[in-house]
Amino acid sequence: MSILVVAEHDNKTIKKATLNTVAAAQKLGGEIHVLVAGHQAGDAAKAAAQIPGIKKVLLAEAPHLADFLAENVAALLVQVAKSYSHVLAPATSNGKNVMPRVAALLDVQQISDISAVESADTFVRPIYAGNALATVKSKDPIKVITVRTTAFDAVAASGGSASVETVSAPADSGLSSFVTREVSKSERPELTAAKIIVSGGRGMGSGENFTKVLEPLADKLGAAMGASRAAVDAGFVPNDWQVGQTGKIVAPDLYVAVGISGAIQHLAGMKDSRVIVAINKDEEAPIFQVADFGVVGDLFQLVPSLVEELKK
Amino acid sequence: MKILVAIKRVVDFNVKVRVKADGSGVETANVKMSMNPFDEIAVEEAVRLKEAGAATEIVVVSCGVLACQETLRTALAIGADRAILVETQAELQPLAVAKLLKAVIQKEQPRLVILGKQAIDDDSNQTGQMLAALMSWPQATFASKLKVEGDKAQVTREVDGGLETISIRLPAVVTTDLRLNEPRYVTLPNIMKAKKKTLENLKPEALGVDVSPRLTTVKVIEPSRRKAGIKVADVKALVEKLRNDAKVL
Repeated sequence: MSILVVAEHDNKTIKKATLNTVAAAQKLGGEIHVLVAGHQAGDAAKAAAQIPGIKKVLLAEAPHLADFLAENVAALLVQVAKSYSHVLAPATSNGKNVMPRVAALLDVQQISDISAVESADTFVRPIYAGNALATVKSKDPIKVITVRTTAFDAVAASGGSASVETVSAPADSGLSSFVTREVSKSERPELTAAKIIVSGGRGMGSGENFTKVLEPLADKLGAAMGASRAAVDAGFVPNDWQVGQTGKIVAPDLYVAVGISGAIQHLAGMKDSRVIVAINKDEEAPIFQVADFGVVGDLFQLVPSLVEELKK
Repeated sequence: MKILVAIKRVVDFNVKVRVKADGSGVETANVKMSMNPFDEIAVEEAVRLKEAGAATEIVVVSCGVLACQETLRTALAIGADRAILVETQAELQPLAVAKLLKAVIQKEQPRLVILGKQAIDDDSNQTGQMLAALMSWPQATFASKLKVEGDKAQVTREVDGGLETISIRLPAVVTTDLRLNEPRYVTLPNIMKAKKKTLENLKPEALGVDVSPRLTTVKVIEPSRRKAGIKVADVKALVEKLRNDAKVL
């Protein structure tokens, strides 16, 4: 049995999601290889080779792999995947985009977003926004899997010394091309990798209040900022802040939910956080049913005084 | 340009689902069913493209039990022109649905296929990508903006950390994200009109597609409940708890 992990990277470094995915791969037992597909991605491949327990890093470089276009990456993966029993990628936007394409080309049914490994062919995955957990068994010869990163503790990033082997990439499909990218500029930690997250909901009232009221708290805590779908739909903050079933799944050490009522779709994205704090004026709000510590009251008074208290 | 939109009938997003006592799945009997919210966005986008003169005909397709006809009627009321039900009692997994849709596409020859990015029941997020693969077409998933220009489409995608714009050659598959549009409310006159539109019924066997599931569900359980914690009087008490009890600060 041999396992291929598709690395999430930026051509220079390996993203933490890769380390969570390797952790899931280790639960399968078997030799683990990592594929780095990119352009001028030698540094990323070197970083991948440092991950303990990796036998081999496959490096595929081509200008048309630079932007991780699904058509080109899938063509490469299909060519590589045939010598593996399992192909795993993190359930990031890249993983979710590319892996089903790979699965269909291999004529296998992908197993999405696994949260536990029961055996080499049996996995647990959340369904209905995490309101149920399904254990599924795959009959397919190659298991194509995406991994819920928050469900697996990341392995160490260094200590290993895998060999790096170059693999050739198929030609550019010509079906799609990259145009531009608008990356939200932020000095803050990335939402899915943050240890502390401060999140706001409809109760924030406006985008301006996110800046004026919530940002000082996030600054004080060195936290990433998130939001409920209601706050995104209301146009307060961008969609990539969204935590929940259809947004990001997070599990920080501390999640502070401010003015968030706690719809099941939101809880689906954060209920595995270690400690949850809720600040809400409605004491009946469902968020209090999952919060370790709740404070009932007006967020516009409570949040600034929380910032003051933290300074003490 | 003909557009094909694939839609799924799912448990309404407002319903709190219950796991069946025997662990075989989730209770769906006597539960409100609706169109998957992302698919509603897909239908709306197709209708807007038609209203803008970029599309000439919209065909909606659903795969599943006979009751999916209701969901198809809703899509017709939003503004789709005709509907196709691929009727089966079988459990359909994303790969099987993608194969059924491929067979329908080969009959219908659309230039653009729009689907929701994920269904809110199984949360798989696969069908659109699989369909694109089976057709050897390009894909643009998680779309928040779609512009059709001649034989290409420019699509802005919601990705981790921001937005990405790609250009895809038509024919192509696009899957929708939340901010692509806000679906309209269906009006009574349009519901009446929808009743007169054509709804064709096909069978997987007639399309020559093997839909047998590749994944077996061993069991379905409820996740362990998180215990409700305590309410504290003020922020001073909160900080004290976070520092000394939870030790997260």
